[in-house]
Amino acid sequence: MGSVGAKDVPVLIGEDGRRIDGRRADELRPMKITAGALHQADGSAFVEWGMNKVMAAVYGPREVHPRHLQENNKAIVQCRYNMAAFSVDERKRPGLDRRSQEISKVIAEALESVVFAEEYPRTSIDVYIEVLQANAGTRCAGVVAASVALADAGIPMVDLLPSVAVGKVAGHIVLDLKKEEDNFGEADMPMALVPQSGRLVLLQMEGRLSKAEFATALDMGVAGCKTIYGTMKQALRDRYNVTGSDPTEAGQ
Amino acid sequence: MGGRLYASVLGLLQRRPPLVRVVPLSGRYIPKAQDVVVGTVCDVQGTFWLLDIAAPRWAPLHMTGTPWKIDFGETGQYLHVGDSVVVGVEAIENTGRIGVTMLGEGLGKLEGGTIVTISAAKVPRVIGRGGSMITTMTRLTGAEIVVGQNGRIWVGGSPEAIRRVRECLKLIERQGQRSGLTEMVERYLKSSQPPPPPPVEPLSTLVERPAPGTEVFVANPEPDGALFPEGVDGDVPPPEDN
Repeated sequence: MGSVGAKDVPVLIGEDGRRIDGRRADELRPMKITAGALHQADGSAFVEWGMNKVMAAVYGPREVHPRHLQENNKAIVQCRYNMAAFSVDERKRPGLDRRSQEISKVIAEALESVVFAEEYPRTSIDVYIEVLQANAGTRCAGVVAASVALADAGIPMVDLLPSVAVGKVAGHIVLDLKKEEDNFGEADMPMALVPQSGRLVLLQMEGRLSKAEFATALDMGVAGCKTIYGTMKQALRDRYNVTGSDPTEAGQ
Repeated sequence: MGGRLYASVLGLLQRRPPLVRVVPLSGRYIPKAQDVVVGTVCDVQGTFWLLDIAAPRWAPLHMTGTPWKIDFGETGQYLHVGDSVVVGVEAIENTGRIGVTMLGEGLGKLEGGTIVTISAAKVPRVIGRGGSMITTMTRLTGAEIVVGQNGRIWVGGSPEAIRRVRECLKLIERQGQRSGLTEMVERYLKSSQPPPPPPVEPLSTLVERPAPGTEVFVANPEPDGALFPEGVDGDVPPPEDN
């Protein structure tokens, strides 16, 4: 952010080592996941993470449109990441842009690596990710929502896919950047992890980190993913323990 | 993996030594040979129709698999896009193609009635042990019910019967994991007899209730033909017929 004068930069890390919202360096923002939030979709999830709100819907496996994308030996995973016009402070022009196309692609590839696509040849698994409110880390929230939605849709998977961003802010490596930290920080590195195997299926980076910093950041991110993994599993358990109140339940 | 077993789908674990099984809680209908399913025509070709049977792929119904004697190109005269049929799954070929037929008892084109769609995983609960759930619903509502293994259920009969069966199906879908379902449905249907007035809060949530302000019109219905009450000027919102 070269154009921003030093005066405008908020104090990102206080003298007590606390961050702008009072978190420690390795602390996540509060997260809430609701599995099965939509009725029409085969699977869905709503993720509220800090000030992010992201909805994901999964359809399929179903017939591929357009036909020529179909693969004879496996299912394809198609993903559309989209930010609502009202999701950011200044109205975002609706529709596809370079950023959302890139994110759609990396998320689709990350998800494809965890689903057993060979079980449904010539079909498509369609994932729709809608960002309703954005506050940095929406692609991570999108991956989390999408993989819970895939599980909710009953699609066979290797594992759930927790995801988090790590970054460098005011010289410190911190976990799960929020908007100010992302805008004024030195580096931002989103990642997605397959917890059981420890494989990374999404790793991007903006800014610069030294080798040592990168190693620290990676460890911190992996630890963060493990925590999120627990939240995701709990969300799926909760989905099926809930029985809504019903008139006929009385006297049961 | 590492001497441990991991499930690939979300489901309930069933231990029956020496076996373990995961009962899926959700997921699309995966066709099996001999299944009877309810499908909708989504494309008409020269010699076959393509049916949407809620499976991962469309199922082709060839004209030789129908009771009609059809010449090439006449397929469109018998079934149109949007028509519903009951078909039997013949075989799943190793290409993944789902072969279906309309020849057999209880198979054919559906006329009238309504199709209710539920999750395919809940179909066994709709049928009940030895068909008990179906029998209960048919006996208490007088409706005709055809259950497709793919979660599509055709209901025929009087509008009132259809409405009540639909509510039962919704109930079953939401309460599917519980035991004593048949009794619950039976009690539900008996408690809601006789039909008028529309019994029991109809499984709430989905039904929008009129806003409090409009209740005046519900309580004092206008005489036929009078859209606006006498003596009140045009600032009255048009009465919403609930």
